[in-house]
Amino acid sequence: MGKTLVEKIWDAHVVKRDAGFPDILYIDTHFIHEVTSPQAFDGLRKRGLPVFRPAQTIATADHNVPTWNQHLPIQEPLSRYQVDMLTKNCAEFGVELYGLGHPYQGIVHVIGPELGITLPGSTIVCGDSHTSTHGAFGAIAFGIGTSQVEQVLATQCLLQQPPKTMRITVDGELGTGVGAKDIILYIIAKISAAGGTGYFIEYAGSTIRSLSMEARMTICNMSIEMGARGGLIAPDDITFDYVNGREFAPKGAAWDSALAHWKTLYSDADAAFDAELHIDASDIEPMITYGTNPGMGVGISQQIPTTASQELSERPSYEKALNYMGIGDDASLLGKEIDYVFIGSCTNSRMEDLRAVAEFVKGRQKAPNVVVWIVPGSKQIEQQAIAEGLDKVFEAAGFQLREPGCSACLGMNEDKIPAGKYCVSTSNRNFEGRQGPNSRTFLASPLTAAAAAITGRITDVRSMLTENIYA
Amino acid sequence: MKKFTTLTSSVVPLPIENVDTDQIIPARFLKATTREGFGENLFCDWRYDDSRTPRQGFVLNNPTYSGKVLVAGKNFGCGSSREHAAWALQDYGFDVVISSFFADIFKGNALNNGLLPIQLSDGFVQRILLAVETDPQAQVTVDLAAQTVTIETTKEYEDFEINPYKKSCLINGYDDIDFILNQRQAIEQFEQQKAVV
Repeated sequence: MGKTLVEKIWDAHVVKRDAGFPDILYIDTHFIHEVTSPQAFDGLRKRGLPVFRPAQTIATADHNVPTWNQHLPIQEPLSRYQVDMLTKNCAEFGVELYGLGHPYQGIVHVIGPELGITLPGSTIVCGDSHTSTHGAFGAIAFGIGTSQVEQVLATQCLLQQPPKTMRITVDGELGTGVGAKDIILYIIAKISAAGGTGYFIEYAGSTIRSLSMEARMTICNMSIEMGARGGLIAPDDITFDYVNGREFAPKGAAWDSALAHWKTLYSDADAAFDAELHIDASDIEPMITYGTNPGMGVGISQQIPTTASQELSERPSYEKALNYMGIGDDASLLGKEIDYVFIGSCTNSRMEDLRAVAEFVKGRQKAPNVVVWIVPGSKQIEQQAIAEGLDKVFEAAGFQLREPGCSACLGMNEDKIPAGKYCVSTSNRNFEGRQGPNSRTFLASPLTAAAAAITGRITDVRSMLTENIYA
Repeated sequence: MKKFTTLTSSVVPLPIENVDTDQIIPARFLKATTREGFGENLFCDWRYDDSRTPRQGFVLNNPTYSGKVLVAGKNFGCGSSREHAAWALQDYGFDVVISSFFADIFKGNALNNGLLPIQLSDGFVQRILLAVETDPQAQVTVDLAAQTVTIETTKEYEDFEINPYKKSCLINGYDDIDFILNQRQAIEQFEQQKAVV
């Protein structure tokens, strides 16, 4: 019997496997940020331990940073203290930090791939559930809690049970105006916010193979939104071309031997998965969420499901979600007025996202009542966007191009959506209050968000496209 | 880590599904750099209104219910990996969370802090909720060694699963780092072999 890709990478990283115990899994790369690491460093101090392999941990500040005037000291004292603490901890324990002001700073899941730190076949963890993003390179990448951050700092290993595996195969051609974000929102709506729990998901099929690395990252990023710890895609020429030449990617002979290994990273034809799901790409239309978990999504032209169509035991939670969102049963979302548009986050803040939005809005103006924030995923993306003149396009449309960070994805830093306001957001979570207390979130693709910015309403972007920007 | 063996307590019912970690502890409270003090903001936006007045309808503000066991709807702890969620529940005073389904990362975080997440059947969770509805003082007994939860008023019980390694960690109060640190030689050997490949 052959092995799945997950099994191949996992087995190659097992330091020790004893019956009755979780595997001791070796971690190649550990990313940390300011929010989930301070208590881990404190733990090391209490135990009198150093960081075991400091060269394998990389830090950045992203969750709790302002995205405006980053050259000035952070105004909010608690945020400033937390970011300062990261700087202090990294200096004390010898960890490389790409902090505010550094040309490599950005959202942790954006900078790892961008710098060539994220590599096929590796094990990658971070105290952040969207670590699954790195799986796009054919890596085992998953989010961990702070106690585990401390474990990795102390030992470069984690105790883990091998996961179950699920393969989601997407075949066929995507329709106009339908992109990676729509694929993943469609999948989550299909299997629910809990349907992937306990699994690592391998995304496969002709549709997935045809996607760019940035689009693949968008898909893997949201694996956690169906409960899966991780999601990954077998590396191929698109992967290798992306990695080749990046700052920290292997070079010369090291590249050749790495490449030879990476080419063995695929699920064998006779490998067995614990679960399988097949999806026809032509069934997917631009998606939007209507509720308070990412599984509550529909095609933009469809009515939202009725309360009566829900399982009896689930109706109270369903009604609670619709009440929170201020949406009637069986409603269509098309035409619903919105207040904010947020284009950013580790899901959709990369160059291709910004380029698609710029191409769409060129010559158009935002609706007067809508505030539009574009938050690039990294300093490098911000610089590239400016070099390509996208800043001018956004400015002319009335969009605000801000500085890199997690921004309005999580209602932690200064960028929050006010109470009661509606935001079409390219981020990954529509939980109650996620973007600020009592804020209301519609998750969608960058193009659908851009269309809402222009019309001030939830809009089917296909009605505004003359050609397919995602093609 | 805090040890856990048995517990008999009344329960706090929260029969809501998909309780995500942003509800358990909203991100704006994650600026603290220590593990303590998160309990005061546990379920903050459900518990308090904008002026920080307790919302009467929320169970933590209802003096009828109290105890060290939270009983919640399925898919409890979904979303963010923030361990602050486990810290907040524990800091508030919970030692056990019962649900018919837990999100993966939350479950691991809880276990790593001596907060016991117990997965029971939908039916048994409903029976606990019914017992509490009948008598808000109804108690449950959690016996980790026997892996059972018993409703004291009716003496109904159900077994639960727990990884044997994690069980022994909880009973003995040791954690993963204590365990892995003893494996240092194996880790260094693994690194050397990997470098050769």
